[in-house]
Amino acid sequence: MEPVYLTFVFVLAIFLGFELISKVPSTLHTPLMSGANAISGITLIGAIASLQTGNHAFSAILGTLAVTFATINVVGGYMVTNRMLEMFKKKEKKTEGGAQ
Amino acid sequence: MSPLLINFVYVVSAALFIFGLKMLSSPATARRGNLLSALGMLIAIVVTLLAAGLDYKWIILGMVIGGAIGAFAAMRVEMTSMPEMVALFNGFGGISSLLLAWAEYHQNPRMSVFIAIVAFLSAFIGGVTFTGSMVAFGKLSGKISQKSVLFKGQHLVNAAILATAVGAAALFCMNPSSGMGYALFVLIVLVALGFGVTSTIPIGGADMPVVISLLNSYSGIAACAAGFVISNNILIVAGALVGASGMILTNIMCKAMNRSLANVLFSGFGTATAGQGASDGPQGEIRPATAEDVYYILEAADSVVFVPGYGLAVAQAQHVVRELGDLLEANDTEVSYAIHPVAGRMPGHMNVLLAEANVPYDQLVEMDDINPRMDSVDVCVVIGANDVVNPAALDDESSPIYGMPIIETHRAKTVIVLKRSMNPGFAGIQNALFFAENARMYFGDAKASIQALVAEFKSD
Repeated sequence: MEPVYLTFVFVLAIFLGFELISKVPSTLHTPLMSGANAISGITLIGAIASLQTGNHAFSAILGTLAVTFATINVVGGYMVTNRMLEMFKKKEKKTEGGAQ
Repeated sequence: MSPLLINFVYVVSAALFIFGLKMLSSPATARRGNLLSALGMLIAIVVTLLAAGLDYKWIILGMVIGGAIGAFAAMRVEMTSMPEMVALFNGFGGISSLLLAWAEYHQNPRMSVFIAIVAFLSAFIGGVTFTGSMVAFGKLSGKISQKSVLFKGQHLVNAAILATAVGAAALFCMNPSSGMGYALFVLIVLVALGFGVTSTIPIGGADMPVVISLLNSYSGIAACAAGFVISNNILIVAGALVGASGMILTNIMCKAMNRSLANVLFSGFGTATAGQGASDGPQGEIRPATAEDVYYILEAADSVVFVPGYGLAVAQAQHVVRELGDLLEANDTEVSYAIHPVAGRMPGHMNVLLAEANVPYDQLVEMDDINPRMDSVDVCVVIGANDVVNPAALDDESSPIYGMPIIETHRAKTVIVLKRSMNPGFAGIQNALFFAENARMYFGDAKASIQALVAEFKSD
């Protein structure tokens, strides 16, 4: 039953993803991609959970590498997305050298 | 913490990811959306760390190293280098899914057939994503040739690699716990790493927006498959969201080039046409302009539309363009920036550069919004763009880019084209726009050229 239930969740999430992403304007496509990078670092959750005490040494090495790469994605992805989104500003009452 | 409670908290994280993505639908709320998504991730990480029986020394080691590298890269990267950064991160997402599937398999090789299948998918897609992204990174950063690399029998080699992978996977899934099963798994990993290279190397530089989007999608799907391996809902939901996002972007990019995904992946566009294009294309007289000429044209204009392309990123000219835009506005000229979906090397590349230069996002207009009112535009300034403004896409059926939607700058009253030289663009197709009656060529490095214009305005 477990595989069926997981597949169910998967299919619904795909449909939800299509609905959500198709509303993102093209101006924000680069931050969308880097934000998606950060979310795909979700593997970190699995990698942390896989590092149990008493694992084989080789499993521990693989798991640690997985944690490292996934953390790069999570930390780097969210930070760079935030840096980018900070730059998207609306036109304000001309602060510098602009109109008139 | 009990596994049940942990899983309930994951539901909260998933909801935060979804709200975060929803808020990305407007630049005004996007930043809060990203923070919300980050909060969801933080909650998921903290609650996972509270589970019993974890080997913390390894976890902390990995998180400290990874966190330091990620933070350093995020703070240091130039906005012009975002495509490279995203390519690299796609690859890291892929490799971590591969490593996770391998660690799980090594620890517990007695897998059911279903788990064995998803472990194969996670390792294979993750491996392809990793090396494919490294090749894309190399091409984008100029470490390897941007040209498409084609060799004889490429499709046969790729087909053979895929067949090997599927065959090995079938044998592996039948008996994953044997020594033979382990050997097959290692073979699958190696084949995946090789396939990532052979399938990405033939794709040329200007097709990178499609490739990056596709690899983005793969990294999500690999995370999703890893979620099936460890029966973890949050990996499946988050991976599926990323997978869907990448697929939508891939589709948008393909449409903007009027090509199918198969055509982008397998045809090695650009090499086949490069030879003939330049000599066969339209010929005629070009009308070069000096900085002073361009200044007088711009000074008299009521409306100016800038059309940026990859050349803007290469020349790092975004800040001077904004400065020129401000001067024009001070001169009571209406200024906007028209952006083609595939301008640059990734979706939205130009928007980010202009945002970096403090251009307000309400001055950025999309191709479909600017084309209908192009006839009333006084001056179009094309900066480092070529194929996306080539009228051959509209009227020359023999052109390789025929049918691709373009920004129809040739319909404006005057077009000023900033270009280094008369070399044809990536596709190797000569551009009839350069010979049009209403076009003036302003040769030189984009940044220096615009600086000269800014100086003209200021000396006035």
